[in-house]
Amino acid sequence: MEFSLWYLGLAAVFGLFMAWGIGANDVANAMATSVGSKALTIKQAILVAAVFEFAGAFLAGGQVTSTIRKGIIDASTVEGNPELLIFGMLAALLSAAVWLLVASRKGWPVSTTHSIVGAIVGFAVVGIGVDSVYWSKVSTIAASWVVSPMLSGFLAFFIFMSVQKLILATKDPLKNARKYVPVYIFAVGFILALVTMLKGLKHIGLDLSYLQSLMIAIVSGLMTMSIGIFAIKRIKIDPDLDSDFRFTNVERIFGVLMVFTACGMAFAHGSNDVANAVGPVAAIVSIVKTGVVAQKSSLATWILLLGAVGIVLGLATYGWRVIRTVGKNITELTPSRGFAAELAAASTVVIASGTGLPISTTHTLVGAVLGVGIARGIGALNLRVVRNIMLSWIITLPAGGILAIIFFFLLKGIFYNGPVV
Amino acid sequence: MSGSYFSAIFGKSPVRPLQEHMEKILSCVSELAPFTKAVLAGKQEAIATHHRNIVTMENEADALKKELRLRLPSTLFMPIDRRDVLEVLTMQDMVAGSARDVAGLIVGREMKIPKSMAKTYKKLIKRCIDASKQAYIAISELDELIETGFGRVERKRVGRLLIKLDVIEQNTDDLQVQLRSELFNLEADLQPVDVMFLYKVIESTGTIADRAQRVGSRLQLMLAR
Repeated sequence: MEFSLWYLGLAAVFGLFMAWGIGANDVANAMATSVGSKALTIKQAILVAAVFEFAGAFLAGGQVTSTIRKGIIDASTVEGNPELLIFGMLAALLSAAVWLLVASRKGWPVSTTHSIVGAIVGFAVVGIGVDSVYWSKVSTIAASWVVSPMLSGFLAFFIFMSVQKLILATKDPLKNARKYVPVYIFAVGFILALVTMLKGLKHIGLDLSYLQSLMIAIVSGLMTMSIGIFAIKRIKIDPDLDSDFRFTNVERIFGVLMVFTACGMAFAHGSNDVANAVGPVAAIVSIVKTGVVAQKSSLATWILLLGAVGIVLGLATYGWRVIRTVGKNITELTPSRGFAAELAAASTVVIASGTGLPISTTHTLVGAVLGVGIARGIGALNLRVVRNIMLSWIITLPAGGILAIIFFFLLKGIFYNGPVV
Repeated sequence: MSGSYFSAIFGKSPVRPLQEHMEKILSCVSELAPFTKAVLAGKQEAIATHHRNIVTMENEADALKKELRLRLPSTLFMPIDRRDVLEVLTMQDMVAGSARDVAGLIVGREMKIPKSMAKTYKKLIKRCIDASKQAYIAISELDELIETGFGRVERKRVGRLLIKLDVIEQNTDDLQVQLRSELFNLEADLQPVDVMFLYKVIESTGTIADRAQRVGSRLQLMLAR
């Protein structure tokens, strides 16, 4: 194929740019809850984010990547003209990255996921044709954008209610916190490990049966739990701290739990959002390599690695500042609330990742925070902002789409000399 | 740059400002103790200073009240009802208002409290301050209430605090009755106008405890929801 190296080079650069943008802006939301509730310092948060975003992207990012790569566009409609798909995917990457940067700069509530899906659908409809889009798949994805915040909201509501019943609203919250917090820590380790084992590990050569996966998940849950118990034991209860607010020591125990949910959140975010950057890259790579539009080729490991590295780069160069800013603004969130929101959101996101559904981590987290709020857990929530976030869906999709169409025709004008469709 | 819209969904909780307001009210009312001491000793300079302090703190509390009201837009979603917050705030504000009324009345008419009433009046002032303090302690439980999602254990705890507030208020009623009878026995020796205003001072002072108790009742209504 002519310009093959060009296409590969551009794909890698754009993909890295997009991943950088995700690391720079998007990760902040996932990590800020832990920083805001002072469960983690900025430095710890960055370390946790770097390690677990990387792990999530690399270990569990495959499913969503393949959805972005080949689940949205019916590649058979561009047979004979594989370049069209290359231009489109490049355009989608560029437009989503640009849109993400602009919106982040302006503080607009957009989602990376919505941008990239909007962009892919946009170029496909205009550049290839309405029939080239798997509309049933796209509508499933769109439905998941409504379902995921709701699901995580429900989960957060029930997790937080259970915390109230078992720990906070009891006669001896401290004793009960020591007793039950390890159980929640187990849940974090168990859920993350289970979803990863069940769906993610084929690409690194591990193919496990359901039972094996379950066993490994239980073991890793128990391991996380024992680390947690150890950390809780190390907390020295200081009665002086409780003089102003009687739950200060209890919240310190929840702080331990929140370190684990923060890891889970970073892992979940990496597993779902890396696809937004590497999904299109993977599509381009497989077309260039085979010269045809292959629907079956497998995902190259180095592509996931590219995304993971990009996210960590974004985090290191810029994202830490955003985490600090966002963290400062959500100090009202105590660890007992923050963990409920994070556990609910992380579970929802990894389940979506396992199912291959690209969802918005931030929207899922917003849903979880609302869930805790409905359980009378949060001092005040600004519903106007929540409404703006909902509205942003309607703006983000066409914005990503239109930008992608512009870039698509630009790229086509530069490189294309094949038959006109 | 803002970087993220996520943090914007967290509004400012009204609980801490509400507690700060009540703290200010308590220090305003507490100033009545040295004020009364100065009145009984007839030290004009000290009277003026403490009166000024009371007025200043009442004004500061007023400013806090206005700020909190502005901070509660209708788009805020809160674990406690907006109307409850505003009404508790109004009740708290009225406690300081009546403290200022008492001081203002005594200063304005350059009143002297008869020697034989001094002991009981000091007791009444002390109990009024106690009532405000008890209301403050109850309001301080608001963050614990929210932490536990208005759990039963915590609600009971606040209930006990409020029963104690009722007892204190009852006590101030008894002291007022006693003061009136003491004043009645002195009526023949005093100027009629002074007598009238002394009755007025006793009543106004008692109002402080009444209103502190109403802060508690409003809090109790909040718990009942």
